[in-house]
Amino acid sequence: MSAPAQQRIIFKHIDEPGYTNDIECYLRNGGYEVLKKSVGRKPEELIDEVKKSGLRGRGGAGFPCGVKWGLVDRKSGKPIYLIVNADESEPGTFKDRYIMHQDPHQLIEGTIISCFANNVKQAYIYIRGEMPEGARILEKAIAEARAKNFVGPNILGTGYSCEIYVHRGAGAYICGEETGLIESLEGKRANPRIKPPYFPAVLGLYQCPTIVNNVETLCHVKYIAEHGGEAYSKIGTPGNTGTRIFCVSGHVQRPGYYEFPAGTITMGQLLNDVCGGPLPGRTFKAVIPGGSSAKVLKFGERYKGKRKVGADMVDYDWGVEDVPMDFDSLAMIGSMGGSGGVIVMDDTVNMVEALANINAFYSHESCGQCTPCREGSLWMKKISSRMVHGDARPQDGALLKSVADQIPGRTICAFGEACSWPTQSFIIKFKDEFDAYSEVKKTLPADRRVLV
Amino acid sequence: MNLKPETFQRIDEVITHYPVKRSATLPLLHLIQEDAGYISEEAITWIAAKLELQPINVLEVVTFYPMFRRAPIGRRHIKVCRTLSCALSGGYKTCETFEKEFCTHRGEISPDGEVTVEFVECLASCGTAPVVLIDETLHEKVDVTKAKQLSDQIKAEAKARK
Repeated sequence: MSAPAQQRIIFKHIDEPGYTNDIECYLRNGGYEVLKKSVGRKPEELIDEVKKSGLRGRGGAGFPCGVKWGLVDRKSGKPIYLIVNADESEPGTFKDRYIMHQDPHQLIEGTIISCFANNVKQAYIYIRGEMPEGARILEKAIAEARAKNFVGPNILGTGYSCEIYVHRGAGAYICGEETGLIESLEGKRANPRIKPPYFPAVLGLYQCPTIVNNVETLCHVKYIAEHGGEAYSKIGTPGNTGTRIFCVSGHVQRPGYYEFPAGTITMGQLLNDVCGGPLPGRTFKAVIPGGSSAKVLKFGERYKGKRKVGADMVDYDWGVEDVPMDFDSLAMIGSMGGSGGVIVMDDTVNMVEALANINAFYSHESCGQCTPCREGSLWMKKISSRMVHGDARPQDGALLKSVADQIPGRTICAFGEACSWPTQSFIIKFKDEFDAYSEVKKTLPADRRVLV
Repeated sequence: MNLKPETFQRIDEVITHYPVKRSATLPLLHLIQEDAGYISEEAITWIAAKLELQPINVLEVVTFYPMFRRAPIGRRHIKVCRTLSCALSGGYKTCETFEKEFCTHRGEISPDGEVTVEFVECLASCGTAPVVLIDETLHEKVDVTKAKQLSDQIKAEAKARK
């Protein structure tokens, strides 16, 4: 079966010839019309639309957006803040960058609609420090929107006021974790907070109720406000509604970003039909389906079990190519859809060296507050780098896995899981390669591609 | 603190964005680093006084975030992405090329003072790997040939200045 057609609702104007990121172009394309209509509606109505839509957050965890909004403490009398999580940094993910660079007003419109729905008077866009150009574009776009009265005091004469400021990070991956982000926005080290009690919906920024939503999620909200939650829920599949943007990188012919109705495309269709298959003369070996912390999938392995289709339970027997690319199917086979970052590795890649690369990333990015994560991520890096650059031993795989097994569930935030999943999955699925590395290494060409 | 007048202006403006002054720590560090090139001891005490904090509150932020530096760097900052997708596409070769072109080593200032070459973690442009951020501009698909071209450009600009 060939791949379904792309349905670009969020990336509609990305790479469109002649489309520019200024407000005039956005207005020519119907920009801010949804906001104009939305501010005439009841905020509760908008929240209901989002609940009906089934929209799941696009930052990585896939938490239902409507539920997140429903948890916000509205009785405390404290101001409610909204933070746009634009700290896109999960390796393999590169979708928000294009929204902010090429269509920033879509994000601003979605943000103001979400603020209006939740009675938020102050929003911050937390953009990663490595995107200085993106920050400048957003600041200019906000100024343009303010000049047209879409942002700022008394928006469109409704009496509703909302301000947006851009806040730049400074190179720390952990700021993508929502409570770490909040600490960072408060001017501190981005050490994530412990939940309970620090659920952002109750005790977030400045100990006030706070909503943290991903860039793409807020663009979906704009679409939902325009077309209604029910229409949105008909895109995709039940439980995985709307569209999903896949960022494909690594060893395929056509890496890039592709938007499809959620759950309608399989891994095989995405990699072979859409991305043109493996590079000439090579074959696929492994793929990480949802950002580098997602557990790796090995080509050739089978996934079997029962799943719900409508009201029935049916058997499934999938190869990697057959797996539908939605949150639930990927979770069912032991990995995750995460942020949509698909990293492909072909038969030229040595898995020990690939893991050493990933481990170097996580040890660099651990915030250091929980011992199992700080020490564990560092030792996983040291062991895997030693295997590559020093002496490798047959028992190193087992040693690595024993370190990884001691981290998850013992840390304040999900980074503990994120840093251990690659090691656990690489070693379970490519055990032979780890066991034999000390010998194989001697035969590998000295001028091979360096991964760490 | 010796800064450009517009930096002082932007500092005063950005503090108003937050109900709590401490939130302006990162923005102030960015502004001062952009102006002065790095974060000096003086800058830390100055920011602390400005935001009514203790110097340790600022120092702990400087040491946590990789983008802040305590010492000057070369005239241009070349940041090569090191993470998986870029490495799979030859990111290490790209970094090596820059090092060779400027006779330098990662993390050091080149002997001519023109550049500091560095490895950084994922720059979120994995589809166009390998990528390199030179100062504030992202360069995509930087293979060895393109790395040499970019180096030549930087060298030519340096020559024109002299």
